[in-house]
Amino acid sequence: MGQTLVEKIIARASGKDSVRPGEIVTCTVDLAMIVDSGGPRKIWPRLKELGVGVWDPEKIVVVSDHFVPAVDADTAAILKLSREFVREFKIPHFYDMKGICHIVLPENGHLQPGMFICGGDSHSTMGGAYGCYMAGFGGIEMTGVCITGEIWTRVPETIRVDWSGKFNQAVVAKDVMLFLCRQLGMDNAFTAIEYGGNTVTSMSMSERSVLCNMAAELGCETGVIAPDETTLAAIRAAGKQPATDALTWHSDPDASYISKHAFNATELQPQIAAPHAPSNSGPVGDYTKIKIDQAYIGACVGAKLSDLCMAAEVLKGRKIASNVRLLVAPSSQKVYADAAADGTLSILIDAGATMLASGCGACAALGAGVLSAGEVCISSTNRNFKGRMGANEASVYLGSPYTVAAAAAAGHIADPREFLS
Amino acid sequence: MSAIVGKVWRFGDEINSDLLAPGFYLKAANEIMAQHCLESVDPTFAKSVQPGDIMVAGHNFGVGSAREQAALSLQLLKVGAVLADSFARIFYRNALNFGVPCLFFPHYKEINAGDRLSVDAVSGKLENLTSGKSYTVDPIPAHLMEMITDGGLMPHLKKRLGQGKAA
Repeated sequence: MGQTLVEKIIARASGKDSVRPGEIVTCTVDLAMIVDSGGPRKIWPRLKELGVGVWDPEKIVVVSDHFVPAVDADTAAILKLSREFVREFKIPHFYDMKGICHIVLPENGHLQPGMFICGGDSHSTMGGAYGCYMAGFGGIEMTGVCITGEIWTRVPETIRVDWSGKFNQAVVAKDVMLFLCRQLGMDNAFTAIEYGGNTVTSMSMSERSVLCNMAAELGCETGVIAPDETTLAAIRAAGKQPATDALTWHSDPDASYISKHAFNATELQPQIAAPHAPSNSGPVGDYTKIKIDQAYIGACVGAKLSDLCMAAEVLKGRKIASNVRLLVAPSSQKVYADAAADGTLSILIDAGATMLASGCGACAALGAGVLSAGEVCISSTNRNFKGRMGANEASVYLGSPYTVAAAAAAGHIADPREFLS
Repeated sequence: MSAIVGKVWRFGDEINSDLLAPGFYLKAANEIMAQHCLESVDPTFAKSVQPGDIMVAGHNFGVGSAREQAALSLQLLKVGAVLADSFARIFYRNALNFGVPCLFFPHYKEINAGDRLSVDAVSGKLENLTSGKSYTVDPIPAHLMEMITDGGLMPHLKKRLGQGKAA
Protein backbone atom coordinates (compact mmCIF):
# COMPACT_ATOMS: atom_id res chain seq x y z
CA MET A 1 0.00 0.00 0.00
CA GLY A 2 1.37 3.39 -1.01
CA GLN A 3 1.68 6.48 1.13
CA THR A 4 0.48 10.05 0.81
CA LEU A 5 2.97 12.94 0.60
CA VAL A 6 2.27 13.91 4.22
CA GLU A 7 2.79 10.33 5.41
CA LYS A 8 6.10 10.14 3.51
CA ILE A 9 7.40 13.33 5.09
CA ILE A 10 6.37 12.25 8.59
CA ALA A 11 7.95 8.83 8.02
CA ARG A 12 11.22 10.43 6.96
CA ALA A 13 11.16 12.91 9.89
CA SER A 14 10.46 10.13 12.39
CA GLY A 15 13.14 7.81 10.99
CA LYS A 16 10.72 5.18 9.74
CA ASP A 17 10.26 3.51 6.37
CA SER A 18 6.54 4.17 6.46
CA VAL A 19 3.82 5.38 8.80
CA ARG A 20 0.06 4.84 8.96
CA PRO A 21 -2.67 7.32 10.00
CA GLY A 22 -3.33 7.20 13.72
CA GLU A 23 0.23 6.21 14.60
CA ILE A 24 1.87 8.45 17.22
CA VAL A 25 5.42 9.37 16.22
CA THR A 26 8.14 11.74 17.35
CA CYS A 27 9.56 13.80 14.48
CA THR A 28 12.87 15.59 14.12
CA VAL A 29 12.11 19.18 13.14
CA ASP A 30 13.97 20.58 10.12
CA LEU A 31 12.95 24.18 10.78
CA ALA A 32 11.10 26.05 13.52
CA MET A 33 9.46 29.38 12.77
CA ILE A 34 8.47 31.63 15.66
CA VAL A 35 6.87 35.07 15.60
CA ASP A 36 6.75 38.13 17.85
CA SER A 37 3.25 37.50 19.21
CA GLY A 38 3.65 33.96 20.52
CA GLY A 39 7.41 33.37 20.11
CA PRO A 40 10.31 34.97 21.99
CA ARG A 41 8.08 36.74 24.55
CA LYS A 42 6.50 33.41 25.52
CA ILE A 43 9.50 31.13 24.97
CA TRP A 44 12.35 33.09 26.54
CA PRO A 45 10.93 33.20 30.10
CA ARG A 46 10.42 29.43 29.88
CA LEU A 47 13.99 28.83 28.70
CA LYS A 48 15.14 30.90 31.71
CA GLU A 49 12.90 28.94 34.06
CA LEU A 50 14.32 25.67 32.76
CA GLY A 51 17.89 26.99 32.53
CA VAL A 52 18.34 25.84 28.94
CA GLY A 53 19.11 27.33 25.52
CA VAL A 54 17.84 26.56 22.03
CA TRP A 55 18.64 23.32 20.23
CA ASP A 56 19.99 24.77 16.99
CA PRO A 57 20.00 28.53 16.25
CA GLU A 58 20.50 27.81 12.51
CA LYS A 59 17.19 25.96 12.38
CA ILE A 60 15.12 28.65 14.06
CA VAL A 61 13.66 31.53 12.07
CA VAL A 62 12.28 34.49 14.01
CA VAL A 63 9.85 36.88 12.33
CA SER A 64 8.43 40.05 13.85
CA ASP A 65 5.20 40.65 11.95
CA HIS A 66 2.20 40.66 14.30
CA PHE A 67 2.84 43.84 16.27
CA VAL A 68 4.69 45.85 13.60
CA PRO A 69 5.24 48.69 13.66
CA ALA A 70 4.78 49.27 17.38
CA VAL A 71 1.68 51.28 18.19
CA ASP A 72 2.29 51.73 21.92
CA ALA A 73 4.80 50.99 24.68
CA ASP A 74 3.52 47.41 25.13
CA THR A 75 4.00 46.42 21.50
CA ALA A 76 7.33 48.28 21.35
CA ALA A 77 8.50 46.20 24.32
CA ILE A 78 7.44 42.96 22.61
CA LEU A 79 9.42 43.87 19.46
CA LYS A 80 12.43 44.91 21.51
CA LEU A 81 12.36 41.60 23.36
CA SER A 82 12.41 39.70 20.05
CA ARG A 83 15.51 41.62 18.95
CA GLU A 84 17.22 40.82 22.26
CA PHE A 85 16.20 37.17 21.96
CA VAL A 86 17.91 36.67 18.58
CA ARG A 87 21.05 38.39 19.90
CA GLU A 88 21.12 36.28 23.06
CA PHE A 89 20.73 32.98 21.22
CA LYS A 90 22.72 34.04 18.13
CA ILE A 91 19.89 33.23 15.74
CA PRO A 92 21.05 34.22 12.26
CA HIS A 93 17.66 34.21 10.52
CA PHE A 94 15.70 37.14 11.88
CA TYR A 95 13.19 39.13 9.83
CA ASP A 96 12.25 42.25 11.72
CA MET A 97 9.49 44.23 9.99
CA LYS A 98 10.24 42.60 6.64
CA GLY A 99 6.76 41.19 6.18
CA ILE A 100 4.44 38.43 7.30
CA CYS A 101 6.16 35.20 8.32
CA HIS A 102 4.38 32.95 5.80
CA ILE A 103 5.51 35.25 2.97
CA VAL A 104 8.99 36.00 4.25
CA LEU A 105 10.00 32.33 4.61
CA PRO A 106 9.54 31.35 0.94
CA GLU A 107 10.82 34.77 -0.22
CA ASN A 108 14.09 33.96 1.51
CA GLY A 109 14.31 30.37 0.34
CA HIS A 110 13.69 28.64 3.66
CA LEU A 111 11.21 26.11 2.26
CA GLN A 112 12.11 22.92 0.38
CA PRO A 113 9.95 19.95 -0.59
CA GLY A 114 10.05 17.13 1.97
CA MET A 115 10.92 19.32 4.97
CA PHE A 116 9.16 18.88 8.32
CA ILE A 117 8.50 22.36 9.72
CA CYS A 118 6.79 23.65 12.86
CA GLY A 119 5.46 27.20 12.82
CA GLY A 120 4.21 29.26 15.74
CA ASP A 121 1.18 30.55 13.85
CA SER A 122 -1.95 28.74 12.68
CA HIS A 123 -1.51 29.71 9.03
CA SER A 124 1.84 27.91 8.91
CA THR A 125 -0.05 25.43 6.71
CA MET A 126 0.76 27.89 3.90
CA GLY A 127 4.29 26.47 3.59
CA GLY A 128 2.79 23.21 2.31
CA ALA A 129 2.49 24.85 -1.12
CA TYR A 130 6.21 23.99 -1.42
CA GLY A 131 5.58 20.30 -0.85
CA CYS A 132 6.71 20.33 2.76
CA TYR A 133 4.87 19.44 5.96
CA MET A 134 4.35 22.71 7.78
CA ALA A 135 1.88 22.96 10.64
CA GLY A 136 0.94 25.50 13.29
CA PHE A 137 1.65 25.11 17.01
CA GLY A 138 1.13 27.35 20.03
CA GLY A 139 3.96 29.09 21.87
CA ILE A 140 4.02 26.45 24.59
CA GLU A 141 4.75 23.69 22.08
CA MET A 142 7.19 25.86 20.13
CA THR A 143 9.05 26.20 23.44
CA GLY A 144 9.48 22.43 23.47
CA VAL A 145 10.53 22.43 19.81
CA CYS A 146 13.10 25.19 20.37
CA ILE A 147 14.64 23.20 23.25
CA THR A 148 14.52 19.67 21.85
CA GLY A 149 14.17 19.99 18.08
CA GLU A 150 11.44 17.37 18.29
CA ILE A 151 7.65 17.19 18.28
CA TRP A 152 5.12 14.39 18.54
CA THR A 153 2.32 14.04 16.09
CA ARG A 154 -0.48 11.62 15.41
CA VAL A 155 -0.09 10.77 11.71
CA PRO A 156 -3.08 12.49 10.08
CA GLU A 157 -5.42 10.96 7.53
CA THR A 158 -5.17 12.82 4.22
CA ILE A 159 -8.12 14.38 2.35
CA ARG A 160 -7.55 14.63 -1.42
CA VAL A 161 -9.19 17.48 -3.33
CA ASP A 162 -8.88 17.76 -7.10
CA TRP A 163 -9.90 20.72 -9.22
CA SER A 164 -10.08 20.48 -12.99
CA GLY A 165 -10.77 23.00 -15.72
CA LYS A 166 -10.24 26.73 -16.10
CA PHE A 167 -11.61 29.40 -13.79
CA ASN A 168 -14.01 32.00 -15.10
CA GLN A 169 -13.01 35.64 -15.03
CA ALA A 170 -12.35 37.03 -11.51
CA VAL A 171 -12.45 33.57 -9.91
CA VAL A 172 -9.28 32.70 -7.99
CA ALA A 173 -7.86 30.42 -5.31
CA LYS A 174 -9.52 32.47 -2.54
CA ASP A 175 -12.93 31.63 -4.00
CA VAL A 176 -11.95 27.96 -4.02
CA MET A 177 -11.22 28.11 -0.31
CA LEU A 178 -14.37 29.98 0.72
CA PHE A 179 -16.29 27.37 -1.29
CA LEU A 180 -14.36 24.49 0.34
CA CYS A 181 -14.94 25.89 3.85
CA ARG A 182 -18.66 25.60 3.14
CA GLN A 183 -18.33 22.23 1.39
CA LEU A 184 -15.95 20.43 3.77
CA GLY A 185 -16.69 22.38 6.95
CA MET A 186 -14.11 23.74 9.39
CA ASP A 187 -13.97 20.73 11.67
CA ASN A 188 -11.31 18.58 9.94
CA ALA A 189 -8.89 18.43 12.86
CA PHE A 190 -6.19 15.76 12.78
CA THR A 191 -6.39 15.43 9.00
CA ALA A 192 -4.18 16.88 6.28
CA ILE A 193 -5.40 18.08 2.90
CA GLU A 194 -3.67 17.54 -0.43
CA TYR A 195 -4.66 19.52 -3.52
CA GLY A 196 -4.24 18.44 -7.12
CA GLY A 197 -5.77 18.44 -10.57
CA ASN A 198 -4.95 20.53 -13.60
CA THR A 199 -6.48 23.71 -12.15
CA VAL A 200 -4.03 23.50 -9.24
CA THR A 201 -0.97 22.53 -11.28
CA SER A 202 -1.68 25.54 -13.55
CA MET A 203 -1.66 27.91 -10.57
CA SER A 204 1.21 30.23 -9.63
CA MET A 205 2.90 29.62 -6.26
CA SER A 206 1.06 32.67 -4.94
CA GLU A 207 -2.31 31.11 -5.76
CA ARG A 208 -1.29 27.63 -4.57
CA SER A 209 -0.24 29.13 -1.26
CA VAL A 210 -3.79 30.46 -0.74
CA LEU A 211 -5.10 26.87 -0.88
CA CYS A 212 -2.56 25.77 1.72
CA ASN A 213 -2.96 28.87 3.90
CA MET A 214 -6.68 28.33 4.32
CA ALA A 215 -6.24 24.64 5.04
CA ALA A 216 -6.10 26.18 8.53
CA GLU A 217 -9.73 27.33 8.14
CA LEU A 218 -10.70 23.77 7.21
CA GLY A 219 -9.15 22.75 10.53
CA CYS A 220 -6.48 20.68 8.76
CA GLU A 221 -3.05 20.05 10.25
CA THR A 222 -1.39 21.04 7.00
CA GLY A 223 -2.24 21.55 3.33
CA VAL A 224 0.14 20.26 0.68
CA ILE A 225 0.69 20.38 -3.06
CA ALA A 226 3.21 18.08 -4.72
CA PRO A 227 6.20 20.05 -6.00
CA ASP A 228 6.70 20.52 -9.75
CA GLU A 229 8.66 22.81 -12.06
CA THR A 230 6.66 25.83 -10.82
CA THR A 231 7.80 25.04 -7.26
CA LEU A 232 11.42 24.64 -8.30
CA ALA A 233 11.34 27.94 -10.22
CA ALA A 234 10.07 29.72 -7.10
CA ILE A 235 12.89 28.24 -5.01
CA ARG A 236 15.42 29.40 -7.60
CA ALA A 237 13.81 32.86 -7.70
CA ALA A 238 14.45 33.04 -3.94
CA GLY A 239 18.14 32.50 -4.64
CA LYS A 240 18.33 28.85 -3.55
CA GLN A 241 18.85 25.58 -5.37
CA PRO A 242 16.03 23.08 -5.09
CA ALA A 243 16.94 19.99 -3.06
CA THR A 244 18.12 17.21 -5.37
CA ASP A 245 15.26 14.95 -4.28
CA ALA A 246 12.65 17.74 -4.55
CA LEU A 247 10.50 16.11 -7.22
CA THR A 248 10.43 12.75 -5.44
CA TRP A 249 8.09 14.20 -2.79
CA HIS A 250 4.63 13.24 -3.99
CA SER A 251 1.90 10.77 -3.04
CA ASP A 252 2.04 7.24 -4.40
CA PRO A 253 -0.62 6.39 -7.00
CA ASP A 254 -2.05 3.78 -4.61
CA ALA A 255 -1.96 6.00 -1.52
CA SER A 256 -4.99 5.78 0.72
CA TYR A 257 -7.13 8.84 1.51
CA ILE A 258 -9.84 9.33 4.12
CA SER A 259 -11.92 11.01 1.40
CA LYS A 260 -11.55 12.23 -2.17
CA HIS A 261 -13.36 15.17 -3.70
CA ALA A 262 -13.37 16.43 -7.28
CA PHE A 263 -14.66 19.81 -8.41
CA ASN A 264 -15.01 21.60 -11.72
CA ALA A 265 -13.35 25.03 -11.72
CA THR A 266 -15.51 26.35 -14.56
CA GLU A 267 -18.61 26.12 -12.36
CA LEU A 268 -17.21 28.25 -9.52
CA GLN A 269 -18.48 31.82 -9.01
CA PRO A 270 -16.71 34.51 -6.97
CA GLN A 271 -17.48 33.72 -3.32
CA ILE A 272 -18.22 35.72 -0.19
CA ALA A 273 -18.07 34.50 3.42
CA ALA A 274 -20.52 36.36 5.62
CA PRO A 275 -20.08 36.99 9.37
CA HIS A 276 -18.92 35.24 11.49
CA ALA A 277 -17.20 32.23 9.87
CA PRO A 278 -15.33 31.46 6.64
CA SER A 279 -17.71 28.51 6.16
CA ASN A 280 -20.72 30.85 6.08
CA SER A 281 -20.15 31.41 2.37
CA GLY A 282 -22.02 31.66 -0.91
CA PRO A 283 -21.79 33.17 -4.41
CA VAL A 284 -21.18 36.93 -4.48
CA GLY A 285 -24.60 37.51 -6.09
CA ASP A 286 -26.29 36.64 -2.78
CA TYR A 287 -24.61 39.56 -0.98
CA THR A 288 -24.61 42.49 -3.41
CA LYS A 289 -26.89 44.71 -1.30
CA ILE A 290 -24.49 44.81 1.68
CA LYS A 291 -23.09 48.35 2.18
CA ILE A 292 -19.51 48.58 3.44
CA ASP A 293 -17.51 51.06 5.49
CA GLN A 294 -14.07 49.56 4.93
CA ALA A 295 -12.34 47.41 2.35
CA TYR A 296 -9.13 45.72 3.48
CA ILE A 297 -6.47 44.15 1.29
CA GLY A 298 -4.08 42.56 3.73
CA ALA A 299 -2.68 39.50 5.51
CA CYS A 300 -0.57 36.52 4.50
CA VAL A 301 -3.34 35.09 2.35
CA GLY A 302 -4.54 38.22 0.60
CA ALA A 303 -1.86 40.87 0.04
CA LYS A 304 0.78 39.22 -2.11
CA LEU A 305 1.87 40.98 -5.30
CA SER A 306 -0.68 38.99 -7.32
CA ASP A 307 -3.42 40.07 -4.88
CA LEU A 308 -2.48 43.74 -5.21
CA CYS A 309 -2.49 43.30 -9.00
CA MET A 310 -6.04 41.85 -8.85
CA ALA A 311 -7.20 44.89 -6.89
CA ALA A 312 -5.42 47.22 -9.32
CA GLU A 313 -7.08 45.50 -12.30
CA VAL A 314 -10.48 46.43 -10.84
CA LEU A 315 -9.51 49.91 -9.65
CA LYS A 316 -7.48 51.14 -12.64
CA GLY A 317 -8.95 54.46 -13.70
CA ARG A 318 -11.58 54.32 -10.92
CA LYS A 319 -12.02 55.98 -7.54
CA ILE A 320 -13.26 54.23 -4.43
CA ALA A 321 -16.81 55.17 -3.38
CA SER A 322 -17.29 58.09 -1.04
CA ASN A 323 -17.85 57.02 2.59
CA VAL A 324 -15.61 53.99 2.00
CA ARG A 325 -12.01 53.58 3.08
CA LEU A 326 -9.72 51.17 1.27
CA LEU A 327 -6.75 50.03 3.34
CA VAL A 328 -3.91 48.11 1.71
CA ALA A 329 -1.18 46.41 3.75
CA PRO A 330 1.20 44.56 1.35
CA SER A 331 2.22 41.24 2.86
CA SER A 332 5.95 41.97 2.77
CA GLN A 333 8.46 44.73 2.13
CA LYS A 334 9.43 42.90 -1.05
CA VAL A 335 5.80 42.92 -2.22
CA TYR A 336 5.70 46.65 -1.42
CA ALA A 337 8.81 47.29 -3.50
CA ASP A 338 7.68 45.10 -6.38
CA ALA A 339 4.24 46.76 -6.43
CA ALA A 340 5.91 50.18 -6.45
CA ALA A 341 8.22 49.15 -9.29
CA ASP A 342 5.54 47.74 -11.58
CA GLY A 343 3.04 50.58 -11.10
CA THR A 344 0.47 48.61 -9.12
CA LEU A 345 0.89 50.79 -6.07
CA SER A 346 0.22 54.03 -7.93
CA ILE A 347 -3.02 52.61 -9.38
CA LEU A 348 -4.21 51.76 -5.86
CA ILE A 349 -3.17 55.12 -4.44
CA ASP A 350 -4.75 57.01 -7.36
CA ALA A 351 -7.98 55.15 -6.65
CA GLY A 352 -7.88 56.42 -3.07
CA ALA A 353 -6.23 53.57 -1.16
CA THR A 354 -4.55 54.24 2.18
CA MET A 355 -1.28 52.31 2.31
CA LEU A 356 -0.35 50.59 5.58
CA ALA A 357 2.76 48.83 6.84
CA SER A 358 3.50 45.19 5.99
CA GLY A 359 2.33 43.03 8.86
CA CYS A 360 -0.59 41.11 10.31
CA GLY A 361 -2.23 44.39 11.32
CA ALA A 362 -5.99 44.71 11.16
CA CYS A 363 -6.57 41.07 10.17
CA ALA A 364 -6.25 40.08 13.82
CA ALA A 365 -7.09 43.48 15.40
CA LEU A 366 -3.39 43.97 16.19
CA GLY A 367 -2.48 47.00 14.11
CA ALA A 368 -3.89 49.90 12.12
CA GLY A 369 -7.28 49.53 10.46
CA VAL A 370 -9.46 47.96 13.17
CA LEU A 371 -13.24 48.28 13.14
CA SER A 372 -15.73 50.04 15.37
CA ALA A 373 -19.05 48.60 16.57
CA GLY A 374 -21.63 48.52 13.79
CA GLU A 375 -19.09 48.89 10.98
CA VAL A 376 -18.99 46.58 7.97
CA CYS A 377 -15.74 45.52 6.34
CA ILE A 378 -14.98 43.39 3.31
CA SER A 379 -11.57 41.83 3.59
CA SER A 380 -9.13 39.72 1.58
CA THR A 381 -8.03 38.03 4.84
CA ASN A 382 -8.81 34.49 5.99
CA ARG A 383 -10.91 34.77 9.18
CA ASN A 384 -14.04 36.69 10.07
CA PHE A 385 -14.83 35.46 13.56
CA LYS A 386 -16.70 37.80 15.84
CA GLY A 387 -14.31 40.46 17.11
CA ARG A 388 -11.51 39.28 14.83
CA MET A 389 -10.84 42.71 13.27
CA GLY A 390 -11.87 44.89 16.20
CA ALA A 391 -15.20 45.49 17.94
CA ASN A 392 -17.35 42.44 18.67
CA GLU A 393 -20.28 44.20 17.01
CA ALA A 394 -18.43 44.75 13.70
CA SER A 395 -19.23 42.61 10.63
CA VAL A 396 -16.51 41.17 8.40
CA TYR A 397 -17.17 39.67 4.96
CA LEU A 398 -14.38 37.76 3.23
CA GLY A 399 -13.68 37.77 -0.50
CA SER A 400 -10.91 37.64 -3.06
CA PRO A 401 -8.89 40.80 -3.77
CA TYR A 402 -11.00 41.21 -6.94
CA THR A 403 -14.19 41.16 -4.89
CA VAL A 404 -12.82 43.43 -2.17
CA ALA A 405 -11.70 45.99 -4.74
CA ALA A 406 -15.07 45.86 -6.52
CA ALA A 407 -16.83 46.57 -3.22
CA ALA A 408 -14.48 49.48 -2.54
CA ALA A 409 -15.39 50.98 -5.91
CA ALA A 410 -19.13 50.35 -5.57
CA GLY A 411 -19.55 51.16 -1.86
CA HIS A 412 -21.32 47.83 -1.38
CA ILE A 413 -20.53 44.20 -2.10
CA ALA A 414 -20.49 43.82 -5.89
CA ASP A 415 -19.72 41.22 -8.52
CA PRO A 416 -16.13 41.91 -9.62
CA ARG A 417 -16.88 40.71 -13.16
CA GLU A 418 -18.86 43.91 -13.70
CA PHE A 419 -15.66 45.89 -13.15
CA LEU A 420 -13.43 43.97 -15.53
CA SER A 421 -13.33 44.23 -19.27
CA MET B 1 -4.52 12.42 38.92
CA SER B 2 -7.83 12.14 40.79
CA ALA B 3 -11.29 12.81 39.42
CA ILE B 4 -12.20 16.45 38.78
CA VAL B 5 -15.50 17.57 40.28
CA GLY B 6 -17.00 20.88 39.25
CA LYS B 7 -19.91 22.93 38.06
CA VAL B 8 -20.72 23.04 34.33
CA TRP B 9 -20.39 26.10 32.13
CA ARG B 10 -22.23 25.34 28.92
CA PHE B 11 -21.13 26.69 25.50
CA GLY B 12 -22.19 26.18 21.88
CA ASP B 13 -20.40 25.16 18.69
CA GLU B 14 -17.20 26.66 17.27
CA ILE B 15 -16.04 28.55 20.34
CA ASN B 16 -13.08 30.10 18.50
CA SER B 17 -9.71 31.47 19.55
CA ASP B 18 -10.81 35.09 19.07
CA LEU B 19 -13.60 34.53 21.60
CA LEU B 20 -11.27 32.73 24.03
CA ALA B 21 -8.43 35.22 23.62
CA PRO B 22 -9.55 38.48 21.95
CA GLY B 23 -6.91 40.04 19.66
CA PHE B 24 -7.15 43.39 21.43
CA TYR B 25 -5.57 41.83 24.54
CA LEU B 26 -2.91 39.66 22.90
CA LYS B 27 -0.23 42.17 23.84
CA ALA B 28 -1.36 42.19 27.47
CA ALA B 29 -0.06 40.08 30.34
CA ASN B 30 -1.58 36.59 30.55
CA GLU B 31 -3.54 37.37 33.72
CA ILE B 32 -5.20 40.39 32.08
CA MET B 33 -5.99 38.39 28.95
CA ALA B 34 -7.63 35.69 31.07
CA GLN B 35 -10.08 38.21 32.48
CA HIS B 36 -11.40 38.81 28.94
CA CYS B 37 -11.77 35.12 28.09
CA LEU B 38 -15.14 34.53 26.36
CA GLU B 39 -16.42 37.96 27.41
CA SER B 40 -18.38 38.39 24.18
CA VAL B 41 -20.13 35.03 24.70
CA ASP B 42 -20.71 35.09 28.47
CA PRO B 43 -19.49 38.24 30.27
CA THR B 44 -19.88 36.52 33.66
CA PHE B 45 -17.61 33.55 32.84
CA ALA B 46 -14.12 34.88 33.60
CA LYS B 47 -15.35 36.68 36.72
CA SER B 48 -17.38 33.83 38.17
CA VAL B 49 -15.74 30.57 37.07
CA GLN B 50 -14.49 28.61 40.08
CA PRO B 51 -11.42 26.36 40.29
CA GLY B 52 -12.36 22.91 38.98
CA ASP B 53 -15.41 24.09 37.03
CA ILE B 54 -15.95 22.18 33.81
CA MET B 55 -16.66 23.61 30.36
CA VAL B 56 -18.99 21.63 28.11
CA ALA B 57 -19.31 22.65 24.45
CA GLY B 58 -20.24 21.51 20.94
CA HIS B 59 -18.04 20.92 17.94
CA ASN B 60 -14.68 22.43 16.95
CA PHE B 61 -13.87 24.01 20.32
CA GLY B 62 -10.85 26.34 20.03
CA VAL B 63 -10.98 26.73 16.22
CA GLY B 64 -8.73 29.40 14.74
CA SER B 65 -5.46 30.92 15.82
CA ALA B 66 -2.40 29.22 17.34
CA ARG B 67 -2.40 31.80 20.15
CA GLU B 68 -1.59 29.88 23.29
CA GLN B 69 -3.56 32.36 25.41
CA ALA B 70 -6.77 30.66 24.21
CA ALA B 71 -5.77 27.63 26.30
CA LEU B 72 -3.55 29.37 28.86
CA SER B 73 -6.47 31.56 29.97
CA LEU B 74 -8.39 28.41 30.92
CA GLN B 75 -5.41 27.19 32.94
CA LEU B 76 -5.14 30.56 34.71
CA LEU B 77 -8.89 30.52 35.43
CA LYS B 78 -8.30 27.02 36.88
CA VAL B 79 -10.84 25.32 34.62
CA GLY B 80 -10.90 21.65 35.62
CA ALA B 81 -11.54 20.16 32.18
CA VAL B 82 -13.06 20.92 28.80
CA LEU B 83 -15.55 18.42 27.34
CA ALA B 84 -16.55 18.99 23.73
CA ASP B 85 -17.98 17.15 20.76
CA SER B 86 -14.69 17.91 18.97
CA PHE B 87 -11.63 20.14 19.33
CA ALA B 88 -9.53 22.16 16.93
CA ARG B 89 -6.07 20.63 16.74
CA ILE B 90 -3.81 23.49 17.90
CA PHE B 91 -6.09 24.41 20.80
CA TYR B 92 -6.28 20.77 21.88
CA ARG B 93 -2.51 20.43 21.90
CA ASN B 94 -1.99 23.77 23.65
CA ALA B 95 -4.51 22.91 26.36
CA LEU B 96 -2.95 19.53 27.12
CA ASN B 97 0.47 21.18 27.24
CA PHE B 98 -0.89 23.57 29.86
CA GLY B 99 -2.30 20.65 31.83
CA VAL B 100 -5.95 21.40 30.99
CA PRO B 101 -7.60 18.04 30.20
CA CYS B 102 -9.66 18.03 27.00
CA LEU B 103 -12.01 15.11 26.43
CA PHE B 104 -14.12 14.29 23.38
CA PHE B 105 -17.70 13.97 24.59
CA PRO B 106 -20.40 13.26 21.99
CA HIS B 107 -23.22 13.36 24.58
CA TYR B 108 -22.54 17.01 25.44
CA LYS B 109 -26.16 17.93 24.69
CA GLU B 110 -27.31 15.94 27.72
CA ILE B 111 -25.38 18.23 30.06
CA ASN B 112 -26.89 21.47 31.33
CA ALA B 113 -25.34 24.64 32.67
CA GLY B 114 -24.97 24.35 36.44
CA ASP B 115 -24.89 20.53 36.52
CA ARG B 116 -22.19 19.05 38.73
CA LEU B 117 -19.87 16.63 36.93
CA SER B 118 -17.20 14.25 38.05
CA VAL B 119 -14.58 13.58 35.37
CA ASP B 120 -11.73 11.10 35.53
CA ALA B 121 -9.41 11.92 32.62
CA VAL B 122 -7.34 8.78 33.24
CA SER B 123 -10.10 6.18 33.22
CA GLY B 124 -12.54 8.14 31.04
CA LYS B 125 -15.29 7.77 33.65
CA LEU B 126 -17.70 10.68 33.66
CA GLU B 127 -20.61 11.12 36.01
CA ASN B 128 -23.32 13.76 36.03
CA LEU B 129 -23.89 14.13 39.76
CA THR B 130 -26.99 16.24 39.12
CA SER B 131 -28.82 13.85 36.78
CA GLY B 132 -27.17 10.69 38.09
CA LYS B 133 -26.23 9.58 34.57
CA SER B 134 -22.83 7.99 33.87
CA TYR B 135 -20.77 8.01 30.69
CA THR B 136 -17.54 6.54 29.40
CA VAL B 137 -15.36 8.80 27.27
CA ASP B 138 -12.00 8.19 25.57
CA PRO B 139 -9.35 8.98 28.18
CA ILE B 140 -6.39 11.27 27.45
CA PRO B 141 -4.12 9.46 24.93
CA ALA B 142 -1.61 7.26 26.73
CA HIS B 143 1.49 8.93 25.23
CA LEU B 144 0.41 12.24 26.79
CA MET B 145 -0.63 10.87 30.14
CA GLU B 146 2.77 11.30 31.76
CA MET B 147 2.91 14.96 30.71
CA ILE B 148 -0.65 15.61 31.91
CA THR B 149 0.04 13.85 35.20
CA ASP B 150 3.14 16.03 35.60
CA GLY B 151 0.89 19.08 35.18
CA GLY B 152 1.74 20.07 31.59
CA LEU B 153 4.76 20.54 29.35
CA MET B 154 6.77 22.86 31.62
CA PRO B 155 6.68 20.68 34.76
CA HIS B 156 7.24 17.70 32.47
CA LEU B 157 10.31 19.28 30.82
CA LYS B 158 11.61 20.29 34.24
CA LYS B 159 11.36 16.72 35.44
CA ARG B 160 13.00 15.27 32.35
CA LEU B 161 15.77 17.87 32.14
CA GLY B 162 16.32 17.34 35.87
CA GLN B 163 16.88 13.67 35.13
CA GLY B 164 19.61 14.70 32.68
CA LYS B 165 17.55 13.42 29.79
CA ALA B 166 16.50 15.44 26.76
CA ALA B 167 12.72 15.85 26.74
